[in-house]
Amino acid sequence: MPRIVVDVMPKPEILDPQGKAIAGALPRIGLTGFAGVRQGKRFELTVDGDVTDEVLEQARHAAVTLLSNPVIEDVTRVEVLEEDAQ
Amino acid sequence: MSASSIETPLIGGPQPLASGNEDSSLNGVRVGVVTFPGTLDDRDAARAVRFAGGSAVQLWHGDHDLQGVDAVIIPGGFSYGDYLRAGAISRFAPLMEQITAAASGGADALPVLGICNGFQVLTEAHLLPGSMIKNDSLHFICRDQRLRVENAGTFWTSEYAQGEELVIPLKNQDGQFVADNRTLDELEGEGRVVFRYVDGNPNGSRRDIAGISNAAGNVVGLMPHPEHAVEAGFGPDSSARGAVDVRGGTDGLGIFTSVLKKLVG
Repeated sequence: MPRIVVDVMPKPEILDPQGKAIAGALPRIGLTGFAGVRQGKRFELTVDGDVTDEVLEQARHAAVTLLSNPVIEDVTRVEVLEEDAQ
Repeated sequence: MSASSIETPLIGGPQPLASGNEDSSLNGVRVGVVTFPGTLDDRDAARAVRFAGGSAVQLWHGDHDLQGVDAVIIPGGFSYGDYLRAGAISRFAPLMEQITAAASGGADALPVLGICNGFQVLTEAHLLPGSMIKNDSLHFICRDQRLRVENAGTFWTSEYAQGEELVIPLKNQDGQFVADNRTLDELEGEGRVVFRYVDGNPNGSRRDIAGISNAAGNVVGLMPHPEHAVEAGFGPDSSARGAVDVRGGTDGLGIFTSVLKKLVG
């Protein structure tokens, strides 16, 4: 069944304490090439049937009403997964 | 068993309470306390209402009926396990639709208090602006916290003096209040910052904000827990009013007497 992927990231101006903690842990495993880390979320919505425009619109609606909080987060991607389309 | 029949037995024995508010006119005020899956402090909140002299009514998140309550408290805990974001799933509970509609109702709008997770639910429901993210320290913080009442004109703070300080427990992980500068300026300008942290900012909250209200002043949210500071013997070890016995702090009681007296008066 096809899947729609939704990516959500903390807004650039919002401090991301989790990302900061991860950035602090990278050097501990010897990885020093990274200047920063931001942690977001990825959702996969499995579609029962074809991905119509209406279904895609529903996914966009879900992304901005439930999956993200516009005060602190941006929806950076709402897309049908290519691997499912093939 | 219906949800409203859940009992909240008092630790110290049956009613009447020995040292609560003795004004019997407050008894007729019915304050609903909402329980979601994962709510922790509903019984403490219900108990605080009774201790202040009012009547507590248990409300279940899945119901569509506010049972005619005069005010609502959304208590602390981890509703829906804090899945997705704290308060994000609770916002769409059937009872929340009723609360959102009743709380937005103009002059006689329903007074609503959100404590900790309840505050997070109120921001997710857009009844209050801003949002909460992880504490800047990344630690779960549990301590007695000093606050200042910045607005004693709301339904939930009228029993305090403007600028009065109180000490009540703070216990959370996602306690850092954030909003954009325009929203923060608006909150400050309209007197909607209700509580501010004193003696150090525990979690990185913008402008030391611990609690805010909506424009009408009937909806208030705060991160610290007044319901855990209402009865001597079960409260914090300190009070802003001076030295108290061990666990003798009761600075939070005024939040609950405020709404009861406002509704009676």
